[in-house]
Amino acid sequence: MKILVPVKRVIDYNVKPRVKSDGSGVDLANVKMSMNPFDEISVEEAIRLKEAGKAEEIIAVSVGPQKAQETLRTALAMGADRAILVMTDDEVEPLGVAKILAKIVEEEAPKLVICGKQAIDDDANQTGQMLAALLGWGQGTFANTVAIDGDSIEVKREIDGGLQTVKLNLPAVVTTDLRLNEPRYASLPNIMKAKKKPMDEKTPADYGVDISPRLTTITVAEPPVRQAGEKVEDVDALVAKLKAVGAI
Amino acid sequence: MKTLVLVEHDNTNMKDATLAVVTAASQLGEVHALVVGSGCASVGEQAAKVAGVATVHVADDAALANQLAENVAPLVASLMESHDAFLAPATTTGKNIAPRVAALLDVMQISDILSVESEDTFTRPIYAGNAIATVKSSDAKKVITVRGTAFDKAAAEGGSAAIEGVTGAGESGLSSFVSEEIAKSERPELTSAKIIVSGGRALGSSEKFEEVITPLADKLGAGIGASRAAVDAGYVPNDYQVGQTGKIVAPEVYIAIGISGAIQHLAGMKDSKTIVAINKDEDAPIFQVADIGLVADLFNAVPELTEKV
Repeated sequence: MKILVPVKRVIDYNVKPRVKSDGSGVDLANVKMSMNPFDEISVEEAIRLKEAGKAEEIIAVSVGPQKAQETLRTALAMGADRAILVMTDDEVEPLGVAKILAKIVEEEAPKLVICGKQAIDDDANQTGQMLAALLGWGQGTFANTVAIDGDSIEVKREIDGGLQTVKLNLPAVVTTDLRLNEPRYASLPNIMKAKKKPMDEKTPADYGVDISPRLTTITVAEPPVRQAGEKVEDVDALVAKLKAVGAI
Repeated sequence: MKTLVLVEHDNTNMKDATLAVVTAASQLGEVHALVVGSGCASVGEQAAKVAGVATVHVADDAALANQLAENVAPLVASLMESHDAFLAPATTTGKNIAPRVAALLDVMQISDILSVESEDTFTRPIYAGNAIATVKSSDAKKVITVRGTAFDKAAAEGGSAAIEGVTGAGESGLSSFVSEEIAKSERPELTSAKIIVSGGRALGSSEKFEEVITPLADKLGAGIGASRAAVDAGYVPNDYQVGQTGKIVAPEVYIAIGISGAIQHLAGMKDSKTIVAINKDEDAPIFQVADIGLVADLFNAVPELTEKV
């Protein structure tokens, strides 16, 4: 079976985002960009399923600018077999991405789509669920463990207060949580090999879906800054202070 | 505007997360609540008492017992024919269901709102809370998830809403529930605890975490949290995690012990009323947000604090 893995190029998770002074967004000029960390986990999980003989081919796909090629090359270097770049300089919302992905699913007929649960830029946490809805497939969100068994997949999900296991008929959409796996680093030989792996270039128009944005960002601002309080000398002073503010 | 609020519950008790969503919804218009479950009549009665709720729709069906998104979303989508906005708490249940509803309605969801600016404009955190975006939706219907700590809780008593039964579409045949492991504890849940004692990587081991953090939490009747570093190091289970990728909390008092204060952790607790930090590194970023800081070795200071509070 085929696995489709959508990946997104985002600000590197180690970089502290800076809000532009004109309030139009976050400054991404000359900032290190990387694959969304949850998507790395998706790629890794797909590779592990392939290594376990559960899948034959992994297709990485990204909707984004020309430079998202680099993100796809990373996925290929990790072990994806081929890539599709749907090139656009416009910001595409999760609903638009889900619509493009649904068209790619129609063409490629994967049995499983593994998405990151959210991207660390817009923090929307929507694309996987929306894709599942558009396709009429089951969804296993916030996956902690997945196990494929014939025509179904068991997904152990991280939920508030614990874990929940659901069984989905394949095809299905899974979204990954942090503890699903530890993504591998691509080795140098694999990075070299990835350069020769096929990458199709498409545009949203090729898929004929309406991806015009529904949300307008009016401003982006710094969050309110919390002022540091005072340091106390010892535990007695701490207890006194806690009593003074009525905390205990 | 007529709103539909997804009630968070476990088929027996309504969860507090619902009350903040009711407040957000009441800023948009008339509030109607939806209880989806099985054997959940008592939850419907609790929701009917919430101040400001006009009607409670109860969908009581074995197929809805575990609130699987595949079964719940079509029901919500059909109810949205007569409502203008769907609001769910930004819990794992809400985050699982709402985007599926949004796609069925061809609506772009507004996730994790912090405020209602007008009936189509909202603020929400992006980049792990490092920026706050004000966004305006052009969709005719709104689908929204609400960050619970950003809104006051509606009064749980005082309302007397009408309760109406609704029927779902039954089993989707796409998914089924297998099992659930919910940590059973006498402790208050993190998202509703008044005091949280939270431990970081400096604790060094799960034994030390238990030995140092638990007695203080017991004494204060507090919930126990942890930083992602402590969770990743295996000191405590994942559901203890406070932060952008874990739980977002805002208790009266948050006591951070041996937590350096990484951005992603701060994003999860910076709305707490009083933040206390105990850390031996005086330059730890946690002190920049703490109201009360104590630079000390936690292995001495915390047992002493436990004794003296």
